[in-house]
Amino acid sequence: MTDTPAFAWTAENEAAAQKHIAKYPEGRQQSAVMPLLDIAQRQNGGHLTIEIMEYIADYLDMAPIKVQEVATFYTMYNHKPMGKHHVQVCGTTPCWLRGSDDIIRACKSKLGIGMGETTADGKFTLSEVECAGACVNAPVVAIDDDYYEDLTAESITQILDDLSNGKDVKPGPQVKRQTSAPVGGATTLKDFISDGEGA
Amino acid sequence: MLADKDRIFTNLYGHQSPGIDAAMKRGDWDGTKELIEKGRDWIISEMKESGLRGRGGAGFPTGLKWSFMPKESDGRPSYLVVNADEGEPGTCKDRDLMRHDPHKLIEGCLVAGFAMNAVAAYIYIRGEFYREAEALESAVEEARAKGFLGENACGTGYSFDVHVHKGAGAYICGEETALIESLEGKKGQPRLKPPFPANVGVWGCPTTVNNVESIAVAPTILRRGAAWFSGLGRPNNTGTKVFCISGHVNNPCNVEEEMGIPLKELIEKHAGGVRGGWDNLLAVIPGGSSVPVLPKSICDDVLMDFDSLRDVQSGLGTAAVIVMDKSTDIVKAIARLSEFYKHESCGQCTPCREGTGWMWRVMERLVTGEADKSEIDMLLEVTKQVEGHTICALGDAAAWPIQGLMRHFRHEVEARIDAYHAKAAE
Repeated sequence: MTDTPAFAWTAENEAAAQKHIAKYPEGRQQSAVMPLLDIAQRQNGGHLTIEIMEYIADYLDMAPIKVQEVATFYTMYNHKPMGKHHVQVCGTTPCWLRGSDDIIRACKSKLGIGMGETTADGKFTLSEVECAGACVNAPVVAIDDDYYEDLTAESITQILDDLSNGKDVKPGPQVKRQTSAPVGGATTLKDFISDGEGA
Repeated sequence: MLADKDRIFTNLYGHQSPGIDAAMKRGDWDGTKELIEKGRDWIISEMKESGLRGRGGAGFPTGLKWSFMPKESDGRPSYLVVNADEGEPGTCKDRDLMRHDPHKLIEGCLVAGFAMNAVAAYIYIRGEFYREAEALESAVEEARAKGFLGENACGTGYSFDVHVHKGAGAYICGEETALIESLEGKKGQPRLKPPFPANVGVWGCPTTVNNVESIAVAPTILRRGAAWFSGLGRPNNTGTKVFCISGHVNNPCNVEEEMGIPLKELIEKHAGGVRGGWDNLLAVIPGGSSVPVLPKSICDDVLMDFDSLRDVQSGLGTAAVIVMDKSTDIVKAIARLSEFYKHESCGQCTPCREGTGWMWRVMERLVTGEADKSEIDMLLEVTKQVEGHTICALGDAAAWPIQGLMRHFRHEVEARIDAYHAKAAE
């Protein structure tokens, strides 16, 4: 901890932080603590430190313990170094019914790590998460800020492979399908579907 | 089947742009000024007459909820808060409304906010919905640029703004008072009621918390009239609803349908039917993970609305239909939900904090059968000790799936215990 460089906003993030604070009534800047922790975590490469929490406490005029309470209550704040990509597999019942066990197995096997672990090359951290809220596109894996849906062991393995090799990957359904519409085309609103998939 | 002309969310699947120009072509922001000029009382009365019941799970009448807000300010501002913390397992409808049809929600915020004399709306969206939050932010910017929000919104003389607030991973923040705590920058732990949010909500001010879908349907109801909406569905269960059909169906999907559609028709018309055919159905959780499971015999003819599902000791909840075919280990399916509730308990109330973990551990043993049959009644007794003994409904939500399992599949749990002991005796 002693040799960690002091945390301070980049100019861009300072502006983003101020934009969040401005959303709330005067004197209610504490409301911005969650977005600010998120911005800080991103700036720090994926996790928070005591020092960052203290910096934000000072920035928002909060008691440091209040910031720590928030930072440890919500699951999206990380408290140890993370891989470049955070692979978050949903294992709740709707995903489980559609094979999330296979997806978990494929991720562990491809990455060679267990849940909560980070690969030696620092590229991936693997987690199991509770309901991602994309259940009609199950099974689902969130990687960083995007959802990868309608997965199979093969497709998630391919995605991890491509990410590992620095290739572009396409979020969303990994089968031929328009977002949450049924495979094979929508059963409703056919007149509203202008082109492409659907018909 | 609901006719397309009666569907509210015409861009549910995102075949068209979510942007403001496309949204206006679909009818959003049409005559908003005129709606507002009809006045607060007219808006609330239309919403009451439409029969709209809250789409977030509890089904409380939306117009009535709005009417609880103070008509005159006592010096404190009022706020509308939109619950976009979608995370009830099985549920993924608000996600589509926000990423594909965000202007319906933003316009809804303006008319609802006006009706309750609010100065602003805060949309609390779960942090994992990063792209959906981007879509909302962009829609808010577009609406501001057109003068639909901000000072003199839509040229009405009324000033109103919409802000997007991102959560950071906590199912409990879908509970309205936990959401308010979280919006204030605190841990998301529910508050004791009373005082109710309409008296003391966010920052100590009068607040109404509504689900995304409840707010997003409001402009269309006001434009087309309460009679149009209440003419769909059944009395006390009116209108349209976005259903999420997941699990063992051939084509899982979201779809907007008429309230009261038979469950079987919903699954067969839109989701391609149960995998292996209707006779291969084991059970359905009809309204998101919190509501009790129903066996096939009830699914055969039950209607999908609040009252019909309440009559069979389940609930419409969020209208998230989780389908399980005969290959399902039903005990494991419910045990996984118990694990979910254990994970998501905020820890504030002892019955929930201790009970959810206890129930999950027993459920895990029932999955393997490593238990005594007397433990089934003990488990049910514990669900009763948790249910109704906590500040919020998470304790109830953790209890109900287990009660539903034992109501309809106790024989399966007992058979598993027998099998385990028979094997152990060999």
